[in-house]
Amino acid sequence: MNGPTLFGLCAAALVGFGLYGLIVNPQPLRKIIGFNIIGSGVFLLFGAIARRGAAVGMGGDPVPQALLITGIVVAFSATALAVALLLRLFDEGGLVTLASEAPPTKTTADPPDA
Amino acid sequence: MLAILVPFAGMLIGFVFGGGNAQRVALATLAAGLAIAIAIANALAQSGKAVVYILGGWMPPLGVALRADGLSVVMLLTVAVVICGIGVYARADFGTPSGVKEARAPLIFWLLLLAVWGSLNLVFVSGDLFTLYVALELLTFAAVPLVSLDGRTETVRSALRYLLYALLGSVLYLLGAVLLYGAYGTLDIPLLAARVRPEPAAWAALALMIAGLLAKTALFPLHLWLPPAHAGAPAAASAVLSGLVIKGSWFLAMRLWFDVFADVVTLPAAQTLAALGAAAILVGNVVALRQTRLKLLIAYSTVAQIGYLFLMFPLATGLATAGLDSAMAVNGGMLQAISHATAKAAMFMAAGLVYTTLGHDRVADLRGVASALPMTVLAFALAGASLIGLPPSGGFLAKWLLISVAITTAQWWWALVMLVGGLLTSVYVFIVVVRTLAPAHVGWNPKTTVPRYQQAAVLALALCSFLLGAAVLCPVDVTQIGRTVSRNTVLP
Repeated sequence: MNGPTLFGLCAAALVGFGLYGLIVNPQPLRKIIGFNIIGSGVFLLFGAIARRGAAVGMGGDPVPQALLITGIVVAFSATALAVALLLRLFDEGGLVTLASEAPPTKTTADPPDA
Repeated sequence: MLAILVPFAGMLIGFVFGGGNAQRVALATLAAGLAIAIAIANALAQSGKAVVYILGGWMPPLGVALRADGLSVVMLLTVAVVICGIGVYARADFGTPSGVKEARAPLIFWLLLLAVWGSLNLVFVSGDLFTLYVALELLTFAAVPLVSLDGRTETVRSALRYLLYALLGSVLYLLGAVLLYGAYGTLDIPLLAARVRPEPAAWAALALMIAGLLAKTALFPLHLWLPPAHAGAPAAASAVLSGLVIKGSWFLAMRLWFDVFADVVTLPAAQTLAALGAAAILVGNVVALRQTRLKLLIAYSTVAQIGYLFLMFPLATGLATAGLDSAMAVNGGMLQAISHATAKAAMFMAAGLVYTTLGHDRVADLRGVASALPMTVLAFALAGASLIGLPPSGGFLAKWLLISVAITTAQWWWALVMLVGGLLTSVYVFIVVVRTLAPAHVGWNPKTTVPRYQQAAVLALALCSFLLGAAVLCPVDVTQIGRTVSRNTVLP
């Protein structure tokens, strides 16, 4: 088992853990962390592919490295947006849940339910 | 190239100038963008080949190419028309009040509208998978804040839920793209299509990418984020989200299925996808029947209509397996997408006008709306007719094409699903329209008068959807221009 293969397996494990965490945890912050772990796995896999695809004598294939830097930036901004929404949710409600069966909101014009 | 640059440039200029100027910049950009979309369509029709633009002069596989083929151009035009309609409608809802220098919601709405438009254009013309990933993320980032535009806790929660589902989708898509690069060494779509073979790497990549895109398109069972998000957003934003943003990820799924993975997809895989679509149609329509609020009803209707979009996959794959031309199924799918985009945008905007007039949107108490907003109710009825599939609407033509293909390829069960779906849709459309036609209580007055041009914009979009059946008169098979994949693929 050489270097890239080991990193590739490690990346697969990360994706697995992240996916489990994202799906199973009800708290939004943990879901965001799960998404980041999956992202780390994907970028690690890309790095392993870059190493494996290197030309003779070169360190690594530059195309995946460029793509994965872009991916990191995109994932970072996604996390920033998610955390901003999370903070706003906390400011408004004091309690952060993503109840999946959120009841429809009532406007003040609605009469009370019969 | 300009199709992408102009909306984003407009957004940045609007951001710089801020305040009430954002709206003027946005409206000017809408007009320019529509002209550009028409110009690209013209170039495509005249040359008969895909319009290609190489970024920076670097040829693929090292460089990135933008390709506008028949499918892209059709979607570019649809999006341009719908966004212009929404822009005209939103002038009344999101005009910055006079005397106020800058209001948060209108400014953000106009900027995000342009951002969504630019991202959609990028999705349609990208020629390689990584640019598509970036475009998909841009689309998500632009669409999510639209959900929480009014700042209520519930909408912020819906926006966060949408964002998490969408991020899961995009990271799975990225993982698939990474696998493809590792296996084949390129992400450029035509080059990849030539190299892809049916093997575990391709199967894994296909499964991951389609699963990710299903999360973003809200296909059953990953549809849970859609109803609260689309119902909670303001009417013009819901129109954009439901009509257009969904189509972006669906278009990508189609691009992958037919152009990149054409040699890899099998009929059973396509049947699985369509089984989820059928479940979406049935579940979405039945739940829509039970809704008490109009916007939630329309949102669940979107869940159902998305199912129709995925029914075209086994039909086209079935034709390809049999060695026949899959154009009819692809055309059916495209028509379904276009008619749904225009119809659903019209429906959400109509619901917004109903809410403004009545002060609420409970389905049970819609009486008097027809006399106050006749054009709007007509638009809602026409849009509903397109969703049900009544002639001469685009929905009818789409269903006609898809059902013909279903019979041709001996997959009659999809035809049955479509007919049942149409029946269920007709029930809730009739409920809403009949309730609005009831006379109002004596002495009832509308809460606010709705400007004429808003109603006209809604009616124009609904007419687009309703009259789309005239597309059968279109002489050239537009969607097949520039398709590089051979249509007579025989699977080993």
